[in-house]
Amino acid sequence: MTKFFPITALALLVLQPQPPQQPPASQQPPPQPSEVSTTIVVEGGGAPRLAVPDFIALTTDAETTAIARTIGQVLFDDLRYENEFQFVPRDVYSTIPKATSFADVPFDRWRELNADGVVVGTVQKTGNSVRVEIRILNVRNHMAAFSRQYTASGANPRAIAHRAADEIFQTQRSLPGVAQSKLTFASDRDGERMTGTIESRQVKEIYIADYDGENQRRVTVLKTLNTFPRWSPDGRSIAYTSYRRGGGQIFISNIYQGTLEELTKGPTENWLAAWSPDGSKLCAASPRGTSHTNLYVVNRDGSGMRQLTNHTSNNTTPTWSPSGTQIAFVSDRTGQPQIYTIGVDGTGFSRLSSDYSDRPTWSPAPYNEIAYSVRTGPGFDIKILELASRNERRLTNGEGTNESPVFSPNGRHVAFTSTRSGKKQIFTVTRDGRDVRQMTRIGNNEQPDWGKGQEMQR
Amino acid sequence: MNRTLMAVAIACVLTAAACHKKAPPVARPLPPPPSTAGSSGNLPRPPAPPEPVREPPIVPPEPVPADAISSASLDDLNRSSPLKPVFFELDSAELSAAGQKALDENAALLKRYASWTVTVEGHCDERGTAEYNLALGERRAGAARAYLVSLGISGDRLKIVSYGKEFPFDPGHDESAFSKNRRAHFVITAK
Repeated sequence: MTKFFPITALALLVLQPQPPQQPPASQQPPPQPSEVSTTIVVEGGGAPRLAVPDFIALTTDAETTAIARTIGQVLFDDLRYENEFQFVPRDVYSTIPKATSFADVPFDRWRELNADGVVVGTVQKTGNSVRVEIRILNVRNHMAAFSRQYTASGANPRAIAHRAADEIFQTQRSLPGVAQSKLTFASDRDGERMTGTIESRQVKEIYIADYDGENQRRVTVLKTLNTFPRWSPDGRSIAYTSYRRGGGQIFISNIYQGTLEELTKGPTENWLAAWSPDGSKLCAASPRGTSHTNLYVVNRDGSGMRQLTNHTSNNTTPTWSPSGTQIAFVSDRTGQPQIYTIGVDGTGFSRLSSDYSDRPTWSPAPYNEIAYSVRTGPGFDIKILELASRNERRLTNGEGTNESPVFSPNGRHVAFTSTRSGKKQIFTVTRDGRDVRQMTRIGNNEQPDWGKGQEMQR
Repeated sequence: MNRTLMAVAIACVLTAAACHKKAPPVARPLPPPPSTAGSSGNLPRPPAPPEPVREPPIVPPEPVPADAISSASLDDLNRSSPLKPVFFELDSAELSAAGQKALDENAALLKRYASWTVTVEGHCDERGTAEYNLALGERRAGAARAYLVSLGISGDRLKIVSYGKEFPFDPGHDESAFSKNRRAHFVITAK
């Protein structure tokens, strides 16, 4: 079933100049037995207050200094992202003497600033790679609550910081972080035009980016309309709707191998693929030669396609529940699109929304929520429905039009498309509507998905 | 390339000449009967000028009439859009009377140019969501296609693609733009 097309070589070329970071786990020595990881406990159980001073360059060349500065800054930003720690503001750090190693950290001075812990890092160049050591030191007893070493290429110091941040969230807060997670979206930023059309129609290609919008890279070179990308659960593949064969069909790009698969074929169209949580199946919408679109489930290799919904309305835009037993989708059987759920076995049908609604996205556990876009006027806003209570909350309030929400892999953030700054751009916001951040700025960027990223594998 | 063009041109001229030779003898139309209408006046009317001699069109063996449409390239054809778009109301895939009239005319053209194959594109305005608009656009294209099939056009000649709201014809954000963007659009893909 796996098909290789000439695009394979092109995709590989695009990816090769900066190969994605392989999981450093294989290269990383396990934590030393002597370095016991504990957590910094704060009296009263509040969030620990941390300081993250500039990392220490143990080798004084410009490259090491720059890498040390980048890792310290990115780690600070990563740690702030989940709102799980308090921080000593960075602008007061200049009053504190700089440490030159783990041995001369001025604990008393940090304690004066009410820090509970100080994140200290050293960076040392060793041949072609850098060795980074990061500790969180308890300001009161000077013990290390966290101590890890990373040896990696100095080419992408941000990746080292992201990995450390996720490990700190895991060990200190028992929280799966998203610092190593990745966004994918469709973009027309290259300004290329589709060939063979009379009107000016812009190509859209699939892009990926780090969770913070950095390292934006194109992963398709199909020179056609490519839309609605979806990360595979393992973070190694992206399924999307491509018009490469004329009508919309589901393609899968295995971005770390640079290969392309054609999951569905014509003559009927197929759109809006969604991966099952175990990655073994995809659900997509297709009219199958009828006047109404229904949902179909197909194996990852394209075999075993079966019809999930069978109704004389449009049934589209699927999303899987975290358990893989239910699918939320959109049907216009009442006359306008609404959110419904159905069991993957075709039983248990339930309606969840009342206004014009689309793009349901089921949150990962432990949350049990569905984010969706709802028509609130001339445009759309993002709402979240809590399934147990049926309570709804609104994440956007008419700032431009807001569509296509997706949850971060830990369920604590939402990415969506908004026109609030002009063109369509990708934004992120916390699941309670705070901390709106713009991820993209060039061209139109839309239809985001948020995957766990490759580096998170341990 | 010039040589090829020249050869084609010569071939065309020769073919046309051959056709003319083969044309059946043409009966001249009878002169019109003398006009009696408005003959109340005494002034004698000047004789009517002779009708120009019209030859009936040559019917070629294949239904490819030698006219501007059949001789145009696919790109030129699609640029001038001999097949009319069909417009829809908001959130609707129902054919209006005007839409049916446009399709009647499109069907006549498709019967005349029986070798054409066509892609019927479904398009939507930005007031629908990107995802749902795919199904809505498909339904719009499907409604236009079904109507053409009901008029006797073979479904094999009519492919459907839905672009949702990905390719608006008018980039504006008002009803004037929206009404242009809710359409079934016809693209001739082979002739």
